[in-house]
Amino acid sequence: MSAYKIQEHEYDMVVVGAGGSGLRATFGLAAKGLKTVCITKVFPTRSHTVAAQGGISAALGNMGEDDWRYHYYDTIKGSDWLGDQDAIEYMCKEAPAAIIELEHYGVPFSRTEDGKIYQRPFGGMTTKYGEGPAAQRTCAAADRTGHAMLHTLYQQSLAHDARFMIEYFALDLIWDEEGVCRGVLALDMAEGTLHLFRGHGVVLATGGYGRAYFSATSAHTCTGDGGGLVLRSGLALQDMEFVQFHPTGIYGAGCLITEGVRGEGGILRNSSGERFMERYAPHYKDLASRDVVSRSMTIEIREGRGVGEDKDHILLDLTHLGPEVIHEKLPGIAESARIFANVDVTKQPIPVLPTVHYNMGGIPTNYHGEVVQKVGENPDQVVQGLYAIGEAACVSVHGANRLGSNSLLDLVVFGRAVANRCAETIKSGSAHKVLPPSACDKALANLDKLRNAKGSSPTAEIRLNMQRTMQSDAAVFRTSKTLKEGCDKMATIFSSFEDVKVSDRSLVWNSDLIETYELQNLLYNAVATITSAEQRKESRGAHAHEDFPDRDDANWQKHTLVKVDEKGKAGFDFRPVHMYTLSDDVEVIPPKKRVY
Amino acid sequence: MEDPIKRLRWRCRRGTRELDQLVGWWLDERYPDASAELRKGFADLLEQQDPDLWDWIMGRSMPSDPLQARVIDEIRTRHRV
Repeated sequence: MSAYKIQEHEYDMVVVGAGGSGLRATFGLAAKGLKTVCITKVFPTRSHTVAAQGGISAALGNMGEDDWRYHYYDTIKGSDWLGDQDAIEYMCKEAPAAIIELEHYGVPFSRTEDGKIYQRPFGGMTTKYGEGPAAQRTCAAADRTGHAMLHTLYQQSLAHDARFMIEYFALDLIWDEEGVCRGVLALDMAEGTLHLFRGHGVVLATGGYGRAYFSATSAHTCTGDGGGLVLRSGLALQDMEFVQFHPTGIYGAGCLITEGVRGEGGILRNSSGERFMERYAPHYKDLASRDVVSRSMTIEIREGRGVGEDKDHILLDLTHLGPEVIHEKLPGIAESARIFANVDVTKQPIPVLPTVHYNMGGIPTNYHGEVVQKVGENPDQVVQGLYAIGEAACVSVHGANRLGSNSLLDLVVFGRAVANRCAETIKSGSAHKVLPPSACDKALANLDKLRNAKGSSPTAEIRLNMQRTMQSDAAVFRTSKTLKEGCDKMATIFSSFEDVKVSDRSLVWNSDLIETYELQNLLYNAVATITSAEQRKESRGAHAHEDFPDRDDANWQKHTLVKVDEKGKAGFDFRPVHMYTLSDDVEVIPPKKRVY
Repeated sequence: MEDPIKRLRWRCRRGTRELDQLVGWWLDERYPDASAELRKGFADLLEQQDPDLWDWIMGRSMPSDPLQARVIDEIRTRHRV
């Protein structure tokens, strides 16, 4: 592999990804005096965090009584008792300080008349352990919360002399013989050169893998690179079967039609024009909860009552509302439908489909952001030198189902936690271990293979096969039979990657090669997801299994660990859910039925 | 020699699904026949912040640079916004 020249760079810490969590970690690490580099495939403020408009939760109590313990309870209940209660305690307790810090750094939060940070209600957020009125707990910077956070944290990182390697793609993690992570091999996309970034710690902040599905709200860039790097290193991911869906993404485009549309009287119809939600939820009809609506739509499609050439989607009808209501109460909807579905909502229904929105599963970590694995009898063995945060990670604070506005909180709290942890455990400027000359061989072999891939299946074709299979068999409607079929199909698709065809042999701005790497990462994530779903014989949170409709705490209140080998074969193990807290400030919340 | 389309192709990667599609359309459909100055307008537009791009495409405001505004106009016209 000597044909590839590698430039080596030494830092204390290497962060991969420049979304909300990556930037919070980069800034925090640099501010603690650690020499930090952030590698990112897209410009920092173009990360997918920019799409998060809703806001960020914290029990500040600015709008009325609130307590971080109420937030803690809501998050555990939302997680359907799969979240680790120590991590949830940490997140909710640290939330107010993390928000105040963001405010000081310059995030322009919307304010109340008397100058406090304004907070709005959000689904699942309550007071008095679910007994009191809805909590107003979500802070926002108008409709630009995610962007404001990215912008502020990027500026803070630069002010603290963090280095950014922009438009660099992380190819592989580099390990030593003892299984300690020692750095990242990356490709400078503009120059076509290879770089080994050595660090005493590598922080994966690479986001979710929504693009494994046909319909996802995620940007193209959400390809689960961190999960791919970890699985290809032979480590396990956690709780990958838990994928959150939004019922009304525009068919083929993925962009969301807000739930407010159904609130204002929008109706879902099947191929015969029937208002089918009357059959599934006679009382709430189209206003039933997200997961119920998504599952009903999927059943209609599976039973042949979908619309369109492939009978693979549903219609959302607003025509009866009249143009005044649509333009007054639902601003922006007419424009989105016009642009992305080519539909005039006053005259035609919008084609929609349940759409992937968030991945609860990911790289298992403790509440310091340190990656953990089960080794022998120890379920919490720390992997030296490796950290994960944000949507890429599974701390696990979201468990089987994430609450709205808890994801931005997760980013900042655990981005900050990693910085605090590394400041305690890593000494700036200490010498880097000398690696054997072969340390990068595996990574280079993969590069050489993909770059020269002369098969017969273009990257885009394999990707579409994967996306269609995941959409049809690993989405919201899951039975033993469909999951088994889906696993078989995904195994074939995974194998078809051996026959991938890359047309561009260069290393400069080679989108074809980068997309092939991203596809490889997505395929590992997809296999991990569908096989994890197949083995979990219960329903919990986002995993609704038709053959096992109830939650089964006796057998399944545990985290799934999944490894995927080079042939695409999955192997499973489990970690216990942390049913303990960090302090006496709050009590463990034992499982009960999750009803709202 | 670097191919500018390959660089622009990557920079069409935005933070949102919506913008990926809208700016990607211009590169695929309009760039090949566009004048050098309009191509520059497009390249400059890709350096802008995503929320600004979205506001411009939705017609809530317009970029001050006339070339960038022309690209935005084309995207808006194409999608009959």
